[in-house]
Amino acid sequence: MDDLPPSSEATASSAHAPAAHGHDHAHDHGHDDHGHEHHKLGFVRTYIFSTDHKTIGIQYIFGGLSFLMFGFMLMLLMRWQIAFPYEPLTYANASNHMGYQFHEVLYHLGVDNAPPEVPKPVAVPAGQTCFMEWLFGKDQMPGGVMQGNFYNTLGAMHGTIMVFFGIVPVAFAAFGNFVMPLQIGTVDMAFPRLNMGSVILFFISAVLMFSSLLVPGGAAKSGWTSYTPLATISDQPPHYHLLGLQSWVDATPNFPEHPTWWAVLLAGQSMWIIAMAFNITSSLLSSVNFIATIVNLRAKGMGWMRMPFFVWTQFVTAFLLLLAFPPLEAAAFMQLFDRVFDSSFMSPGGLIVNGEPMIRSGGGTPLLWQHLFWFLGHPEVYVLVLPGLGIIAEIVANNARKPLWGYNQMVYGVLVLAFLSMIVWAHHMYLTGMGTAVSSFFQLTTIIISVPTILILSSLIISLWGGSIRFTSPMLWACAFLPLFGIGGLTGIPLAFNAPDQFLHDSYYIIAHFHYVIAPGTIFALFAGVHYWYPKATGRMMSEFWNKVHFWPTMILMNCTFFPMFLQGMAGMHRRMYDGGATYQQLNAGVLHWNVFISEAAWLMGLAQIPFIINFCFSWKYGRKVSDNPWEATTLEWSAPSPPPHGNFLKPVVVYRGPYEYSVPGAVNDYTPQDEPPSAKPTHISGPAPADERSIGFPPLN
Amino acid sequence: MEIPYTISARPDTGLYNGKLGIWLFLASEVMLFGAIFTSYLFVRLGADDGSWPNHVQNVWLGLTNTILLLTSSITMVLAWVGLKERKFNTYRWALFATIVLGVAFLAIKGVEYHAKWVHWGFFIKEDAFNKYQADLDKDNYFYSYIPQQHCYEVRGHFLNRDELIADNKLKAGPYEVLPDKAPGFVINAGNHSGPSFNTISSEEDPKISIDPKDIDPLRGYGRLLPAYGTYYAVYFLVTGLHAMHIIGGVVVMLYFLTIGSRMYKRNPEQLSNRIEVTGIFWHFVDLVWITVFPILYLT
Repeated sequence: MDDLPPSSEATASSAHAPAAHGHDHAHDHGHDDHGHEHHKLGFVRTYIFSTDHKTIGIQYIFGGLSFLMFGFMLMLLMRWQIAFPYEPLTYANASNHMGYQFHEVLYHLGVDNAPPEVPKPVAVPAGQTCFMEWLFGKDQMPGGVMQGNFYNTLGAMHGTIMVFFGIVPVAFAAFGNFVMPLQIGTVDMAFPRLNMGSVILFFISAVLMFSSLLVPGGAAKSGWTSYTPLATISDQPPHYHLLGLQSWVDATPNFPEHPTWWAVLLAGQSMWIIAMAFNITSSLLSSVNFIATIVNLRAKGMGWMRMPFFVWTQFVTAFLLLLAFPPLEAAAFMQLFDRVFDSSFMSPGGLIVNGEPMIRSGGGTPLLWQHLFWFLGHPEVYVLVLPGLGIIAEIVANNARKPLWGYNQMVYGVLVLAFLSMIVWAHHMYLTGMGTAVSSFFQLTTIIISVPTILILSSLIISLWGGSIRFTSPMLWACAFLPLFGIGGLTGIPLAFNAPDQFLHDSYYIIAHFHYVIAPGTIFALFAGVHYWYPKATGRMMSEFWNKVHFWPTMILMNCTFFPMFLQGMAGMHRRMYDGGATYQQLNAGVLHWNVFISEAAWLMGLAQIPFIINFCFSWKYGRKVSDNPWEATTLEWSAPSPPPHGNFLKPVVVYRGPYEYSVPGAVNDYTPQDEPPSAKPTHISGPAPADERSIGFPPLN
Repeated sequence: MEIPYTISARPDTGLYNGKLGIWLFLASEVMLFGAIFTSYLFVRLGADDGSWPNHVQNVWLGLTNTILLLTSSITMVLAWVGLKERKFNTYRWALFATIVLGVAFLAIKGVEYHAKWVHWGFFIKEDAFNKYQADLDKDNYFYSYIPQQHCYEVRGHFLNRDELIADNKLKAGPYEVLPDKAPGFVINAGNHSGPSFNTISSEEDPKISIDPKDIDPLRGYGRLLPAYGTYYAVYFLVTGLHAMHIIGGVVVMLYFLTIGSRMYKRNPEQLSNRIEVTGIFWHFVDLVWITVFPILYLT
């Protein structure tokens, strides 16, 4: 490309955009007012088709948080079937059960003299339509009783929505878009219009995914992993051959139910695939944008090791998305081929489905899907977790008023983590019969990956040592994050080993393990992040009181929900049983009573989110107004006005120091912002340079 | 507000944003095509003996397409050089030539797809095959045996298909088939080789009649589409995805040839950056084809 240096150089220098131009421009526009108003953009361009990274971040956070709530509610529905199998979900039954529980508690407290009677399920009278049947249709919940297919749909959509439409958009897209360009001190993302394109693609994918709940037959039912051949044959209109083998088309001419091509594409699983293809493309474009922004648009003086840890995690997450998502896209194309064109990428020949031979040329293997899926699926775990770790790192340093302990190790750790996460995927597949040699390799890499993870988590915990901790709203969430994420991580170690995994695989233990990583892990970090950057986005603070009303019940109920699952899983309860294990009562008898407890904890946890919703919405308008830097933080986003104007900063940003200069001895304040120039008179009375002070308060390790 | 480094390179990274972005995008494309080629290996290694077709593509059409794409990469660079040297007409002609070559590639691809559409394959039960074997051997027609599936495969033109189809139903009459010739020379010939489209029989060659009862019910008969076998599924997936990339590239170049070229008056350097980025993408698409060609055509 560079074979014409003279010409390139000459024209490059003649171009009218010198390096510092962007900052000057931001300066010109920025200081007269704070708003988008002076650009005279209409409502649509300002709030819907916006290219401003902050608006886009807020779009993602509204979308992502609503989808999180929606996905959570799908699971609350499922928990009814698990707790009270085959009972109609009606007001009468629900209130009977609640009354029973209430009186049970009163009996144990000695208020009631006799134990209450176990309520009998009340059927919906014939000829009446209960609310659930009206809402979800006769196929899914006739008489309020959840059908197996609908249960599977709820499970699949819960996983898909939580992972791809909830956490990734909030943790990566929302916080990344809003915070990352501010933290590296630039005016916007490298490709603002591409950024808008990502939002539009994400919106299309969400519309497709959510509308698939409404198509005949319901949405995808094969789990969020969409394992073949189940996913290939599910939701398939009968006797469809779009471009099938001609002999099969000839065998069913003018079949009454011969579906048209759009009926094939509008089946639940096909829509899942197409929606995922849009979602993947959106994530890919975002990750290109993120990496290009971080590499090319860092402010003057913002060296790599001066970047806040949050930026590092976003950088690494973007690389994971960039390199791990395309194989899933390829796999999605193949599964779509299998479904629409009757090909056999992932189907072996000779399968019998519903008593009839499956019409396939054969020659494929379901393992192909599993490998390609988990090649994404495992890095995806780190996509979910790393932004959360980044958020927590910012909040821990800020609220402990101390530099992060071991910033360098954390950065190198996260890079190693990213690399290793690409070569551990088959630990999800120990039970597929890959062979012991392959299993051993993945067992080894999986164990190695726990080293950088523990390194990062330990650094965060050590950072608390000797700090003067402020228990602000974000810090409450961060303090809950550290041990609970630790539980999630440490319970994963038995799963990494081949032998215990034979027993624990596909049990409730797995569910408990990854929910501990993601729910009190990442989602707590997201709540922390919302509270931490809310003043930056709105100029107002969220209520501390309502945060406590939200935090304590959520934290307690989260543990009530997931901890008993460890017990159930270790007792051998399988994770996919539609009746909550009642069929295998003799095997699961000792742990089945937890089902009701877990379900009730989950429902109460749903109620516990109401204070957050109220707090989030009301504070937007009525929250306490605060200054630009209410947390007295050091990173660059707090040097911009709140909310930051179009172009972000009022003056060109120059970075003079590292990201966490808290409690520097001899400094005027206990925080020194990154863009504060070094003063003429030495702020340090004597002693070591700031880099060495990262170990303040921690005893020497010799 | 203007984004820094959209036109000139950032000194310490040496890249302007667009160039960095396209390289990152290509990294994801490498993973996309890499996953597909790996899947190809995966299904091919797991295929039944004799079931994987060899030498079924028309090498000359594939070679022509390879040359077209390689030439288009040259004209793409010429377009960029034209802009860098501020020779607008060179730019326009070179870009136009690139588009024409890309469209010609797609046209030839269409010819190949059509050949798959009109070409048929039949799987005949092992125990009924001796009826046909003598006739096939006599005229040096191609057939191949798939031991694990207990059937023989014959490919050719389905001559009386239109007559047999009436009222959307297939009549029971025998299938008149003009089979392909066995190839004249193929490295590693034997049951593992297949006919090339170069060895299509002529109209005068004798045809054979296949009794519908002798067709293997599980494998059947059909056009050479993805449902016919995993090889064709791979072929259509890879070439289809590649063709989508060509179409995308052509659309972008059409934009830069028409509306997008107005930027030349305002900011020629930015336009040349955009063309450079387009070119990087185009070379990548070319590179993918250079991988596809030996894998699907020369084996």
